Amino acid sequence: MAKRDRLSGNEAIAIALRQINPDVFPAFPITPSTEIPQYFASFVANGQADTEFIPVESEHSSMSAAIGASAAGARSLTATSSCGLAYMWEELYIAASNRLPLALAVVNRALSGPININCDHSDSMGARDAGWIQIYAENNQEAYDNMVQAYRISEHQEVRLPIMICQDGFITSHAVENMELLEDDEVKRFVGEYEPENYLLNPDCPMAVGPYSISDYYMEAKRSQAEGMKHVERVVLEVAKEFAGISGREYGLFEAYHMEDAEYAVVMIGSAAGTTKDAVDALRERGEKVGLLKIRLYRPFPAEAIAKALAGVKAAAIMDRAEGYTNHGGPLGADVMSALYRAKSQALAVNYIYGLGGRDVRVEDMEGVFATLKQIAEDGDAGETYRYLGIRE
Amino acid sequence: MSNLTEIRWHGRGGQGAKTAALLLADVAFQTGKYVQGFPEYGPERMGAPITAYNRISDTQIRVHSNIYDPQYVVVVDESLLEAVDVTRGLKKEGAILINTPRPKEEVLPHLKGYEGKVYTIDAHKVSMAAMGKYFPNTPLLAAIVKVADIMDEETFLREMRASFSHKFASKPEVIDGNMAALKMALEEVR
Repeated sequence: MAKRDRLSGNEAIAIALRQINPDVFPAFPITPSTEIPQYFASFVANGQADTEFIPVESEHSSMSAAIGASAAGARSLTATSSCGLAYMWEELYIAASNRLPLALAVVNRALSGPININCDHSDSMGARDAGWIQIYAENNQEAYDNMVQAYRISEHQEVRLPIMICQDGFITSHAVENMELLEDDEVKRFVGEYEPENYLLNPDCPMAVGPYSISDYYMEAKRSQAEGMKHVERVVLEVAKEFAGISGREYGLFEAYHMEDAEYAVVMIGSAAGTTKDAVDALRERGEKVGLLKIRLYRPFPAEAIAKALAGVKAAAIMDRAEGYTNHGGPLGADVMSALYRAKSQALAVNYIYGLGGRDVRVEDMEGVFATLKQIAEDGDAGETYRYLGIRE
Repeated sequence: MSNLTEIRWHGRGGQGAKTAALLLADVAFQTGKYVQGFPEYGPERMGAPITAYNRISDTQIRVHSNIYDPQYVVVVDESLLEAVDVTRGLKKEGAILINTPRPKEEVLPHLKGYEGKVYTIDAHKVSMAAMGKYFPNTPLLAAIVKVADIMDEETFLREMRASFSHKFASKPEVIDGNMAALKMALEEVR
């Protein structure tokens, strides 16, 4: 039985974690993800979770301890944001290369500097090539649902890769919204017990984790990570299908909103997709054929499926909430444009940088983006493909 | 979304404007509404101006932007009248609610010719009388529920008692004071 509730995104993640009851949660606080370990620590103190909660002295240590616990055979995770994620950089690659299925609840926040506590995706986008699975949420419900599905994807025997469950700092993490929670036993049954195949605390099978790898082996190790990634799309869809069975909520690799006959499409990640849906509805009422493709799974990148979903559009705007400093756009722009190129798409595409450091995005802003797309299609020329939304020049 | 009510709160860090917005979201949720309650932080420090927002609707709320053209504005700290453009975008069919001991005529000159309704409440007086401490957000919560007609008073008081009983489970002695502040505020807002 689903339970109606109203929670902030951070509370939603903490409750999902209480229901999952992982073995080990090392944590170091940083705004805006601090509330996740804070709420969770009270669950542990109240006896509502029997997780080993370890307050550590830095994010470098929280990720290291999560890795150690995972290598030992425990189900582990931590949470962080912004500079905390940057401080985990070295460990991110170690978790992925050791094929450790641990989770990281990311509450997206701009990287310094200038110092800023608000949302953009520069933190997790910087970690996009670290070998982690990345899943993003539009709202609190999705953040919760993604967390419940995380370990099923990460621990799948054909995947065995760490997973980031990302949501937008403050915009969803600190916003109270309506949502539906699953019952504790439903979540426990869905997630199941973690039974690692190879782990350090197994006296019957002594092993080493993280040894030096000479040139003769390093490349094969990286190739094996890529092999795990190849299975992620299929596993994400299988897990989503099963999740729909208990929740009634359907998830895919991305959400296609009014894309069936769309001529103009926006591609984006995160909370601003909700704002864009209102823009799509307003424009549809005026007869405009507009749609939204909201990315859920960003790593690995479902290039073929995305290109297929965009096959019918005349023009697309790819929205990046992070700079790439390539002089031609951000990371999502590069990924989507490469997907369109490989699919021999004729669509005209532009790449916007938007919402950096919490710059607000309004329905009117997104209506403006759709108006630009219509103009581009009429001109038959994308013009400058590297653009900024709502910037003071 | 004609049923959408949008409210903007102006306070100073540490005064509970964010908490008031979350409490309002809470109580509106209890009556079956779709809600949002969220803060907008500037510098994280006590005393700095902060803004918090509420959306209350009969249908699902998907928009995740701040609120620029609210129906209602609540000013938690009247010193902000001189520091912040509190009536910016405020709809004239709506209203502004100001926490002040002063008569309405004295605050009107700070409202830049705002044509809508102006309500005031002395939250300090109410809070001190009911709780013996200054927590402006409890009286302001009751006042905005009345001003914006978010729900009937009886339902509001019933839901708030349930909410306080949960929130203050470890210190039930403060529940009666908070309830008294709510009831007094419903009478005192004008």
